[in-house]
Amino acid sequence: MRVAFVLCGALAREVIDIARRHGWNVSFYGVDAQAHMRPERIAPLVERKLRELIPRCDRVVVIYGDCGTGGALDDVLRRYNVPRIAGPHCYEMYAGAVFDAMMDEEPGTFFLTDFLLQGFDGLVWKGLGLDRFPELKETYFANYRRVVYLAQRGDDGLASKARAVAERLGLPLEIRHTGYGALETRLVTLMDEIADERYRPRISHESLIINHQSSIMSHES
Amino acid sequence: MDFKDLPDEELWLQMQDDLYDGLKDEVVEETKEALARGYSPTEVLAKGLVAGMDIVGVDFRDGVLFVPEVLMAANAMKAGMEILRPLLTQTGAPRIGTMVIGTVKGDIHDIGKNLVSMMMEGAGFEVINLGVNNDADKFVAAVKEHNADILGMSALLTTTMPYMKVVIQALKDEGLRDKVFVMVGGAPVSEAFAEEIEADAYGRDAATAVDIAKRYMAWKNAQRAAT
Repeated sequence: MRVAFVLCGALAREVIDIARRHGWNVSFYGVDAQAHMRPERIAPLVERKLRELIPRCDRVVVIYGDCGTGGALDDVLRRYNVPRIAGPHCYEMYAGAVFDAMMDEEPGTFFLTDFLLQGFDGLVWKGLGLDRFPELKETYFANYRRVVYLAQRGDDGLASKARAVAERLGLPLEIRHTGYGALETRLVTLMDEIADERYRPRISHESLIINHQSSIMSHES
Repeated sequence: MDFKDLPDEELWLQMQDDLYDGLKDEVVEETKEALARGYSPTEVLAKGLVAGMDIVGVDFRDGVLFVPEVLMAANAMKAGMEILRPLLTQTGAPRIGTMVIGTVKGDIHDIGKNLVSMMMEGAGFEVINLGVNNDADKFVAAVKEHNADILGMSALLTTTMPYMKVVIQALKDEGLRDKVFVMVGGAPVSEAFAEEIEADAYGRDAATAVDIAKRYMAWKNAQRAAT
């Protein structure tokens, strides 16, 4: 069975490691993590991948949270009958059941993951424009009260980077070793079921119409 | 050429350009200059600040500008507003309506909400900004106290946006739901979600939110006039 994973770039390294550990024979197709800076672009980017992959795969699995798409990603996936790993975003996937408790305890929590720390200067600092406009730091971070680093690999280098980031933001740091958390358990559950016929993807008549309308609209604008 | 030497029409254009480029100090000086030339605070607001921010809004929508540039422009507008606000109050400039706005309980992300708040103020609304992490009691109390025409609620997280429905229920329980127009917004919020929780409108972005609010007030005023 040909199975493809369409995954957020922010989860690529972790998902590839999970797949290797479980011996899954899957192909990986990443979507640039920078798309989070304009979440309305995520669903169209994923849809483009689906249209390429569905004709040549038996199953496609999307590994993304809703990630601020406002349900637009799930609307696309419903049309193509493609499953997505459950969860609103990767912080919840890593932290699992304790995520809500952490947010109740302190809504002003700024989360870091291994991925965010590896690319902090480029993805976060530059992505927020703080390299060009350092005065915006207050605008972005005034309401945050702490940094929580959800550590996947437990790497000392990343822990010291987390300390440096927290210091740069002027916030206290808490490190929680989550490993892959619910990202792994939910993916394992999904892969146990994936052979079931109900997961067969399709390019429906509705998808073709919507896609045709979108291309006309983008052509007109 | 110094902006003080510019004819009036070019001063407005310069102000809009500087606001677009996020040049706070320049916008402040140009705001003062326009007032010194005898323009009313309402005119300075409309021809300089709001006109500049409108261009920013269009270019953001079209992908020409990104969030950091919009925030720099917003900070420049805010600086200009700080000069105009007391003058607008002093001169008794007419307000087109009253809006209470805040982020919902559990949510501290206020960038979009503050942008909407400022654009509403620029459009002539009296805005009561409740800040972040507001529970239903606080929203209801503010709507009552200020006799608000519009309540705006914002959330950035999928986990906090369901609380908007709790606030709407609280308004119903207090018999206020029919008296206030409820608008919702924020990255994960959608038109469908707004309908599901029985909000009156979804503001996709700050410019759209202002447009909806103005149209609602025009409708409300027409209703008042007819009765």
